Amino acid sequence: MNFDVAFGQYCEGDSILHRLDPRAKIIMSLLYIVDVFLAKNVFAFALLTSFTVAMAVLSRIKPRILLRGLKPVIFIMIFTGVINVFWYRGAEGAKPLVDWWIFTIYPAGILNAVLIVLRVVLLIAGTSLILTYTTTPLALTDGLERLLSPLAKIKVPVHEFSLMMTIALRFIPTLIEETGKIMDAQKARGASFSEGSLVKRAKALIPVLVPLFASSFRRADELAVAMECRCYRGGKGRTRMNVLKATFKDFAGVIVIILLGVSLVLLNKYTDAFALGF
Amino acid sequence: MNLNTEKCAAEFRGVSFTYNKGIAYEKKAVRSVSLKIYGGCVTGLIGSTGSGKSTLIKMLNGLVKPDEGEVIVDGTNIWDKKVKIRDVRFKVGLVMQYPEYQLFDETVSEDIAFGPKNMGISGDELKRRVAEAAKFSGLDPDLLEKSPFDISGGQKRRAALAGVIAMTPSLLVLDEPAAGLDPAGRREILGRIKNYQRESGNSVVIVSHSMEDVAKYCDRLAVMNKGEIVLYDETDRVFSHGEELRDMGLDVPEITKVAEELARLGVDVGNDVYTVKYAAERLIEKYGLGK
Ligand SMILES: Nc1ncnc2c1ncn2[C@@H]1O[C@H](COP(=O)(O)OP(=O)(O)OP(=O)(O)O)[C@@H](O)[C@H]1O
Ligand SMILES: [Mg+2]
Repeated sequence: MNFDVAFGQYCEGDSILHRLDPRAKIIMSLLYIVDVFLAKNVFAFALLTSFTVAMAVLSRIKPRILLRGLKPVIFIMIFTGVINVFWYRGAEGAKPLVDWWIFTIYPAGILNAVLIVLRVVLLIAGTSLILTYTTTPLALTDGLERLLSPLAKIKVPVHEFSLMMTIALRFIPTLIEETGKIMDAQKARGASFSEGSLVKRAKALIPVLVPLFASSFRRADELAVAMECRCYRGGKGRTRMNVLKATFKDFAGVIVIILLGVSLVLLNKYTDAFALGF
Repeated sequence: MNLNTEKCAAEFRGVSFTYNKGIAYEKKAVRSVSLKIYGGCVTGLIGSTGSGKSTLIKMLNGLVKPDEGEVIVDGTNIWDKKVKIRDVRFKVGLVMQYPEYQLFDETVSEDIAFGPKNMGISGDELKRRVAEAAKFSGLDPDLLEKSPFDISGGQKRRAALAGVIAMTPSLLVLDEPAAGLDPAGRREILGRIKNYQRESGNSVVIVSHSMEDVAKYCDRLAVMNKGEIVLYDETDRVFSHGEELRDMGLDVPEITKVAEELARLGVDVGNDVYTVKYAAERLIEKYGLGK
């Protein structure tokens, strides 16, 4: 098993994207997703791509790290790309580029495939740039809690949910590390996790899961005691240490993404004559 | 001291290891270390926090695969294609830091039996090994049928130690076996490890942060600093490098400090005394201050 995949992808930094209010960033990334689906033709995609590249430059996150984030979806990208190359014919009466055996490829098909793959890439790169790479998981839950706080009025336990999420986020890396340690310890006693039948492998996990559960319960206990000792008693009337304050730049950020969407719609509409895809 | 320097239990040949190679938090933990661990003695490994001790000893049983270099156990390279890494793990018994958190089985004795069972041992031989290992690590026989979650911390530590000793490894490696124990617990567990070494004739490697402990129980010492082995010699000779050790954030045993202070006052007993007994012998030998 490979535990090198760090949980959460936050990359430390001090760029403008890092400093935006998490609430603004959550809204921005939702709007950005809408924007990505608004783009319909080459020109709109060109604008969207340049915008996303500009964000990447602003964030000062290494391109290598950004590319690594795309790794898990590479298969989907190739699959949709290939399917589209063969399936899409474009306008009626278009001349095929290749027509050999069962393969017929139209120019529009290639373009379409490129745009669809590009859409997936932009979707992942853009949202991770706005949210996961530049926002700490804690800031994220904090922002989410504040955004959802109106729901508390209709008795949705927003604070409790957000506390659960914060605690979970805090302990996931610890659990991963602990799992690695326990697996090492059992391997040292000759346990083997990658040999034998499925049943045998499942059984081999018992020596890992039992200590892991035991220590999780112990940790939960200790945490509860520590919180009680400091008089924690739930959400009502709690003040915060870092109060989120939306400033001009946060509103500006949201507006920029809205403007991007508007420009995309306009580009779709007025560059229709050159439109090749869709 | 009858060091069997001919017999070599394990050897590192220019091993290096980097965590998270190629990504953001790259960390070079071990830098081209070459070291021979001799047979039939207790070798101590000391070094400040983060110097790479745990990483280095995990190479001995193949939990960490070096990026460069070779690890030789019993004369064979453990990463050779013909070698099964599991067999290496039966030869090199590794007790990790805070091993009490790895106990899982219903009873202490079954937990101790986990390692030997993995080796394919069963029946009377298994029972004999469990009983022997429990005795070696100082577990009361009536604890053996209890749940490992119902015994005290010190007892858990002993149970975990027994779980590795039951595999009768020819090289026993312990990562801070005495961490977090009270002084009596420390003495007891380290004494038992030393005893195990003497009675079985096998070799032992102990990682420790306590200079007093390594001075008392180790025949040879390796000092690690920033991923490299900077000193490797017999215990007394290592402790005669007081200045260097202090520069690395380490120290020398209290009695060595006394000796250094005495030397400053003109009573030279040598700066390599590391136990009170040894210091007393030196004083008597040098100044004849006998009874
Ligand atoms: N799983 C890991 N991932 C990334 N870096 C690690 C990992 N384990 C250790 N390191 C780093 O490698 C270096 C050496 O760690 P190691 O645990 O070997 O030190 P150590 O000498 O055993 O320290 P200590 O005395 O505190 O146990 C440290 O700087 C540590 O931060
Ligand atoms: Mg360590």
